[in-house]
Amino acid sequence: MHFAVLQFPASNCDQDAVHAIRVLGHTSDLVWHKDTSLGAADAVIVPGGFSYGDYLRTGAIARFSPVMQAVREFASQGGLVIGICNGFQILCEAGLLPGALVRNRSLQFRCEHVFLKTTTPDSPFTNQIPVGKVLKVPIAHGEGAYFADPATLERLQANRQILWNYCDAAGTLTERSNPNGSVLGIAGICNEQRNIAGLMPHPERACEPILGSDDGQWIFRSMLHTLAARAPAKAA
Amino acid sequence: MKAKIIITPKRAVLDPQGKTVQNALAQMGHTNVAGVHVGKYLEIELTGTDREAARQALDEACHRFLSNPVIEDYQLVIE
Repeated sequence: MHFAVLQFPASNCDQDAVHAIRVLGHTSDLVWHKDTSLGAADAVIVPGGFSYGDYLRTGAIARFSPVMQAVREFASQGGLVIGICNGFQILCEAGLLPGALVRNRSLQFRCEHVFLKTTTPDSPFTNQIPVGKVLKVPIAHGEGAYFADPATLERLQANRQILWNYCDAAGTLTERSNPNGSVLGIAGICNEQRNIAGLMPHPERACEPILGSDDGQWIFRSMLHTLAARAPAKAA
Repeated sequence: MKAKIIITPKRAVLDPQGKTVQNALAQMGHTNVAGVHVGKYLEIELTGTDREAARQALDEACHRFLSNPVIEDYQLVIE
């Protein structure tokens, strides 16, 4: 499979994403934010970083980049898009995912490994994660507290759009295991159509044992599985 | 003309920055402070003289770009 990894000014996890896809045996192209085409991509990664210096609000300016129009069109045709960290913030600002990311409750930049419980195991982004498996994945953000109004949260729950929650090592959701003050301990969500996902933790930084965890692979493996299952339909 | 825009966090949104400033004010002896909300202020210099057209255009910009309606409120004044 072939991934498009977007590159904005001050993206800084783009190369990590490219590396992770290579580790998984697949290919990717870096796509500059001024490009208007994603090329022959099967899926899109909006990587982490500090696009446009986080000016105004995180992700607020990146969403106006020409490449985001291509992402919008790709997604409207059902293409898989995943936003990681700043990528999640950009997708929320672009209106492709509901809610917003605000300053961490602690006001601190949190850079550490956290544990994730997969709340919705049957999505295109989670379907290969072993049942009950607690993922150990790093976070690195100052503005990662997920916020949405009560009506939106109700919809997220009713439609099972909450993909991952912060939890402790045993998989229990606790206040203490919520690193940033996200409502409902939300770490990642998807859209109603389930082809766009965003999460604050960095699965691309957890794809090799030498990095302390390779649990992030499960998320990309789920996407790859989804794409492989779609491939015959695409050919026909 | 000049536009002045004040953007503040919605009351429902956790504002740890405001809370921290409030705590610091209390430590300084300001015991009558009931709440602090930290936002941002923008001044936009405008050409032209049609205030109403400018207000409408900037109102849209505030809604779509300068503020995020999910988490922020704004006040727009044209001078």
